[in-house]
Amino acid sequence: MSRKSEVFVVGGGPAGLSAAIVAAKLGARVLLVDDNPMLGGQLVKQTHRFFGSSARDAGIRGISIAEKLRMEAQAIKKNLVVQLNTSAVGFYGEGEAGILTPERYEKVTYERVIVGTGAVENSLNFENNDLPGIYGAGAVQTLMNVHGIRPGKRILMVGSGNIGLIVSYQLLQAGVEVVGVVEAMPTIGGYLVHASKIRRLGIPIMTGHTIVSANGDLGVTGATLCQLDEKYQRVPNTEFEIICDCICLAVGLSPLIELFQQASCKMVFVPELGGLVPLQDGNMRTSNPRVYVAGDASGIEEATTAILGGRIAGARAFESLHGPSSDAQKIVDDAAGELKSLRSGSTGNRIRWGRERVTQEIASC
Amino acid sequence: MLNKDGIISLAELAPLIPSESRLKKGPVAMAECIQDIPCDPCVLACPRHAITMKAGITDQPHLDQAVCNGCTLCVASCPGLAIFVVNMAHAPRSATVTLPYEMLPVPKEGEVVAALDRSGKTVCEAKVLKVMKSKVYDRTLTITIEIPKDLAMSVRAIRAGVKVGRK
Amino acid sequence: MNLRIEEHPILVFKKGRKVSFTFGGKKLEGFEGEPIAAALHAAGIRLLRHSPHKDRPRGFFCAIGRCSSCMMEVNGAVNTMTCITPLADGMTVNMQKGHGVIEP
Repeated sequence: MSRKSEVFVVGGGPAGLSAAIVAAKLGARVLLVDDNPMLGGQLVKQTHRFFGSSARDAGIRGISIAEKLRMEAQAIKKNLVVQLNTSAVGFYGEGEAGILTPERYEKVTYERVIVGTGAVENSLNFENNDLPGIYGAGAVQTLMNVHGIRPGKRILMVGSGNIGLIVSYQLLQAGVEVVGVVEAMPTIGGYLVHASKIRRLGIPIMTGHTIVSANGDLGVTGATLCQLDEKYQRVPNTEFEIICDCICLAVGLSPLIELFQQASCKMVFVPELGGLVPLQDGNMRTSNPRVYVAGDASGIEEATTAILGGRIAGARAFESLHGPSSDAQKIVDDAAGELKSLRSGSTGNRIRWGRERVTQEIASC
Repeated sequence: MLNKDGIISLAELAPLIPSESRLKKGPVAMAECIQDIPCDPCVLACPRHAITMKAGITDQPHLDQAVCNGCTLCVASCPGLAIFVVNMAHAPRSATVTLPYEMLPVPKEGEVVAALDRSGKTVCEAKVLKVMKSKVYDRTLTITIEIPKDLAMSVRAIRAGVKVGRK
Repeated sequence: MNLRIEEHPILVFKKGRKVSFTFGGKKLEGFEGEPIAAALHAAGIRLLRHSPHKDRPRGFFCAIGRCSSCMMEVNGAVNTMTCITPLADGMTVNMQKGHGVIEP
């Protein structure tokens, strides 16, 4: 069995969903696949209210943003086909992909593909890091915020980026004791307001510390921590144990990029964006003119910028098939303006620098 | 140091504390947000336009103490839960602090809860004067507590449903 | 402490009907449609299998069907990713060792 689409979108998170909505509304025939049973990607686990511009979703909880995008997609009566519980498993030749639905393997043909596969959580090397009771921050959110089950009674958070801080807060809301947040860097990685809101509820934040080992035989019963010096080396004789039944790893994300590699897109390693990402032309088009990128797959950032990048990808993919459109141009201009303001200021430095590298180099490729 | 342990230091806090004369006049907001993050709901939340951002959305909020009347609408608007309203003119010995609350259990008005400082330490007990829920606040409650005046610049959180020991 | 969240300041959880299943022959209860690994976790079980070579204890890790840490034998099918397989009434769930054994 084979399906035809003009624009094939891989991933129904904020980026892919926004791209599909824009492309379908402009008039392209869109097929969207997602391997989850529900649209919204990681937004469905985000109970906190988002930062950003009041012009777009600031102050709204992630779960409500997901709902809003789902409603918008549902309201599109033609042009948009959504296939859930379905993985895009490979790109073959020009404009062909394989998808695995719950029933069968199918071929998809497309003119343009927008890849919004998102990211995968990083792990961390320490002794016993495979014990039951050690979970990725995303897993903790899934268990707790989607299925309503606490990961444990006393949890240690590793990593003080925004995810580590926000998930610590969500754990408190779910009634879990958070025994501390460990951070190898000398300073807190995430937004300081997130740090303050868990600190004032009694969660210690231990910067300049690392986890040496997880302790326990059949599952976590504690963790050994120690201090790090300014060169990130362990300071001898500073080890101490914390009693906990769970360890949550929030140590960063890496873009999911296998499909770009299969499509022979040129890749570049940009640490500021989480690792290997496809080069793109500033309009989310990769070095393979059929392939667009959106969201964390284009570099780790956050949901609002994923939505905006998705809107640009959807609009430009449409234009590349149907010719220039003033509606599409307006979508791109608005999104580009919003992205610029969200990435301004000192906290946006790293992202801006990373983004410049990704888009500059395509000119020469 | 805020970026080391999540606790805003006295030096970092000093520029945010309203003037003595303004505090005497009644409730006033304090936006404990000292980092250039991309966020602006507080600007729109203030009906009197007392909060501004000069350099765009990643600027820090600037509060005009003379314009702010301490209405508390900004408290629940802040996704970072970083805005508080302090009323030093509440009573001779006690002050009130209005803070955002997204935990369980939800205290009742009149209930005595534990008052925590910025490090999470219980520093005194607090009487809950007001619990505000509103659809606009989207499940973030705005709670006003009464505490001893000398702790008004320290208390920034509460814990309900626990036995509170005397100071 | 019950690991199931009965009350939450932000969320309301819609659960399927209560169903029973067996784990290692022991009868347990969970809610229809929730992942098998979640139902086991709520019942206090987090050791789901042993690793193929070093026989290390394993629980789930990613909870979204990526990492393979949660593979178990479900209704006789080995290598079932229990973190994304919905629970159904009467399921037989067993631990597996390594890659599991497929009976010819």
